[in-house]
Amino acid sequence: MLSALATAWTSPSIDYHALAPEIILGGGIVLLLLLDLFLSEAKKWVLTPLASFTVLGAFIPVLTLALSDQGVRSLFDGRYMVDDFSLVMKGLFLLAGYVVVLLTADHLREGEYYQGEYWFLLLTSLLGMVMMASSRDMVSIFVSLELLSIPAYMMAAWRKRDLRSNEAGIKYYLLGVFASALMLYGMSLLYGITGSTKLVEIAQYLGSDLTSLRALAVFFIVVGFAFKVSAVPFHTWAPDTYQGAPTPVTAFLSVASKAAGFVALVTVVLVAFPGSHEVWQPVFWILSALTMTVGNFLALKQTNIVRMLAYSSVAQGGFILMPLAVAGVNGAENLALRSVVTYLLVYAATNLGVFAIVMAVARKTRSGEISSYGGLFSYAPGLATLMTMFMASLAGIPPFGGWFGKFTAFHALVSAGTTWSYVLAIIGGINSAVAFGYYGKILREMWMKPVLDGDTSPVPVFASLKVALLITAGSTLLLGTLPGIVLHFGDIAGLTGAFGK
Amino acid sequence: MELSDHNWVLTVGTFLPLVGVLIMLFIPKADEALSKAVAIGTAAATLLVGIYTLTQFNFGKAGEMQFVAQHDWISVIKSTYYIGLDGISLPLYFLSMVITLLVMIYSWNHVPSPGNAKAFFILMLVLQTGMAGTFIARDLILFFVFFELVLLPMYFMIGVWGGENRQYASLKFFLYTMFGSALMLVAFLALFFKTGAESFSIPYLIEHGGAIAKNIQIWIFAGMFVGFAVKVPMFPFHTWLPDAHTQAPTQGSVILAAILLKLGTYGFVRIAIPILPAAAREWAPWIGLLAVIGIIYGALGCLAQTDMKRLIAFSSVAHMGYVMLGISTLTSFGMNAAMFGMVAHGLITGMLFFVAGSVKERYHTLEIKRLSGMLVQMPKLGWILGFCAMASLGLPGLAGFWGEFPAIMSAYQPAAGLNVQVFRVFMVVAAIGTVFAAGYLLWLYQRTAFGEPTAEFAAGHGHDEDIHDVNKFEWMAWTPLLIAIVVFGVYPQLMFKVLDPAVGVTLKAFGG
Repeated sequence: MLSALATAWTSPSIDYHALAPEIILGGGIVLLLLLDLFLSEAKKWVLTPLASFTVLGAFIPVLTLALSDQGVRSLFDGRYMVDDFSLVMKGLFLLAGYVVVLLTADHLREGEYYQGEYWFLLLTSLLGMVMMASSRDMVSIFVSLELLSIPAYMMAAWRKRDLRSNEAGIKYYLLGVFASALMLYGMSLLYGITGSTKLVEIAQYLGSDLTSLRALAVFFIVVGFAFKVSAVPFHTWAPDTYQGAPTPVTAFLSVASKAAGFVALVTVVLVAFPGSHEVWQPVFWILSALTMTVGNFLALKQTNIVRMLAYSSVAQGGFILMPLAVAGVNGAENLALRSVVTYLLVYAATNLGVFAIVMAVARKTRSGEISSYGGLFSYAPGLATLMTMFMASLAGIPPFGGWFGKFTAFHALVSAGTTWSYVLAIIGGINSAVAFGYYGKILREMWMKPVLDGDTSPVPVFASLKVALLITAGSTLLLGTLPGIVLHFGDIAGLTGAFGK
Repeated sequence: MELSDHNWVLTVGTFLPLVGVLIMLFIPKADEALSKAVAIGTAAATLLVGIYTLTQFNFGKAGEMQFVAQHDWISVIKSTYYIGLDGISLPLYFLSMVITLLVMIYSWNHVPSPGNAKAFFILMLVLQTGMAGTFIARDLILFFVFFELVLLPMYFMIGVWGGENRQYASLKFFLYTMFGSALMLVAFLALFFKTGAESFSIPYLIEHGGAIAKNIQIWIFAGMFVGFAVKVPMFPFHTWLPDAHTQAPTQGSVILAAILLKLGTYGFVRIAIPILPAAAREWAPWIGLLAVIGIIYGALGCLAQTDMKRLIAFSSVAHMGYVMLGISTLTSFGMNAAMFGMVAHGLITGMLFFVAGSVKERYHTLEIKRLSGMLVQMPKLGWILGFCAMASLGLPGLAGFWGEFPAIMSAYQPAAGLNVQVFRVFMVVAAIGTVFAAGYLLWLYQRTAFGEPTAEFAAGHGHDEDIHDVNKFEWMAWTPLLIAIVVFGVYPQLMFKVLDPAVGVTLKAFGG
């Protein structure tokens, strides 16, 4: 029996162009690992440019794929898709990864510290994300998720001898594994019901007909992802992990890792469960309302900047979830998907910029307290202005990117036109005003408060950080003033069509 | 679109200040004179573009949109860069340019503590772009972006260069406005989807908005109402205003009073009322009610104030009440009065804040009971204060009269379908409000300007250095405003003939 199967198997034809980003990343990872083994300490600096060239190298095929007119490329029996959606997200992951490389290069000035292993872990995690964007099968989604998460657990604990960093790693690991277990349980139920792991087939089998078992499976999977995207009440790991992890790692977790969670979430929900929206719509409604409200109110009380940013990131997640609460209504799914993608792009650009500034300021003040930003505008007007821009973007004030992200979320929500959607829109509106309470706190420190300790020596900003700031600030401004240019991909017949259903 | 349409003038007039900002970024912070010169030069160039716009404006067709330009912007959400100017927007658009330049001239030797002229002037230029853009936007999303653009600069102006309580005041200003605009945005989106998700362009929405079911219109109007009413500000959303005005530096108060408050009333006239006529009819009596409450409440508030600047701030609440009363009648008469009132209030209250700023600079206090005998010590400044107080209380022959009196008159005969009795009651109450206005303004004038200087400020008590009459920068900044107050007071037709055709177009849904 087995031998009969074996002879019938033929190797699938592989579109190497479509897989080029993954292959380049994989090659880079192997090279880094080998070089790290054989290079002497003095020559280890080579690893940093190698890591950044690998990430940029992987970005090139993403561009060529986006420019090619072949349309959707379907690989491995439709379980791995390279479409507009996945290309945009791959581009996002790689650019975010590049900025994180720049931030880390800056961080390494503080002292070199297991950098070979670090680059290996970072690139592996990136590879998982890039794969996640294309996965259209339960198994490949799960494998990508673990591939991106496990290195991230270790990166969070990168500073081995620092208790906080250890705590960050352990907490992240325990809750992450718990979430994976939940999700896997849901997936196994789903496989039992439908007999397939391919998302499109699951959708066909499930249809719109719901039993309690099916609802349970859908629920488990959604809750599993809710951990990954740190939605309230599954957010408790985020503040401790963000605060304990080294700052570049926090930037990576709060942007790229979160985005990957959302990518998996929307892919699974919109492709595999379109008919079960009666289960997940209310779940997302509650998650979204809770996440933004609780995240906001907890952020208001923080005095440590990274902790505040952690809660801010939780609250932003609530806004990203917002359109999913109506994504089952006819026609709203396209808008919801577009909104999630747009929001993630804007959020990534802005939040990475914030972390770049946090690193620059912390180098001078040696403090993570919000009060250490006192009077920043008087002695570092450039940094303070950029930080103002990023905070305004996070708060959703035009003309910086954030407003357009929030706008698309409201846009998708209101398009559904149901009472519940309006109620959520109003909750979101109130929350976006409340959020200024804590974003404004930073502005107040920088512009209106006196300099702490009277130390007005300039803040040193090195080249790699400057490039990171240029990329993030440029995209934040561009996304806010001319979102049409960047988002023209959204015109292409809605993104769900490109899922390959 | 031909080049002869001159449709570049609006874009240039709006974004020129940002070019100035870009140049200023490269000027070292220490070179304050150069920063100021570049900023004032930019504002002057912007005003020149504004004057050119004025000369090219076809006054015979003031009811039509002119210099119209439309260009792709965010096609994903069907929003375009769509701008135009008609008789309603022209006075406010132009006023914003004038005020910005005058405020900057005034700031030449009046940069408030803690200094940093470069940042201060940059913020004013950004504000100018936001204000001008709001008045020319013909697309709701574009309007929203410009409307919000003014938030941060004003927040910093109050919060950094303001008085003792500046942080509280700036945060309050920001949160109120932000809350209002979030609901406004949701209302805009609801409007977009209820009109077939075709376009955010205001003319399109005016054409199709009337077809929305009345109960839905009422809700959408409610969302916009909160956004605009906070900005006006209408009772009971006004509580941010006295704090913001009192704490803001003089320049901030002037810009806030002269232009920013008008963004709210302009929103009602341009967006909420023409797009949702049925809802406007339902809401009109309530708007009228809140307006007259504002008139009386503002007046009573004024009588209770001990601080000159806070008194002027409360008088703003009252004056904007007249504007809103005129708007709520939904008649061409009332709307014309309201539009005139907006400009007149901008000129007069702007001037009053200037004077208050100068008084503060000389006496280091605005507490009314410590001030006295201004006419003895600084006769010119005293007379200017008297002139502005007269203008503000609505003395015929000065601009304030033509905003206030017709607004009260218009309530006698509101648009068809509105309850006449109710509006006549409003009329009577509003008329009583003018008596109060005369009361608090004359009382203020009497207490501060008449009599002899109080002992602490009398000659030879160490304040002689500071107490001097109007200086040349003040004259330069104030003269145009003082002249405008007289000119529009004597010859109001100058503005009414621009406003009237455009108001007629706006009120088409109400039968003129």
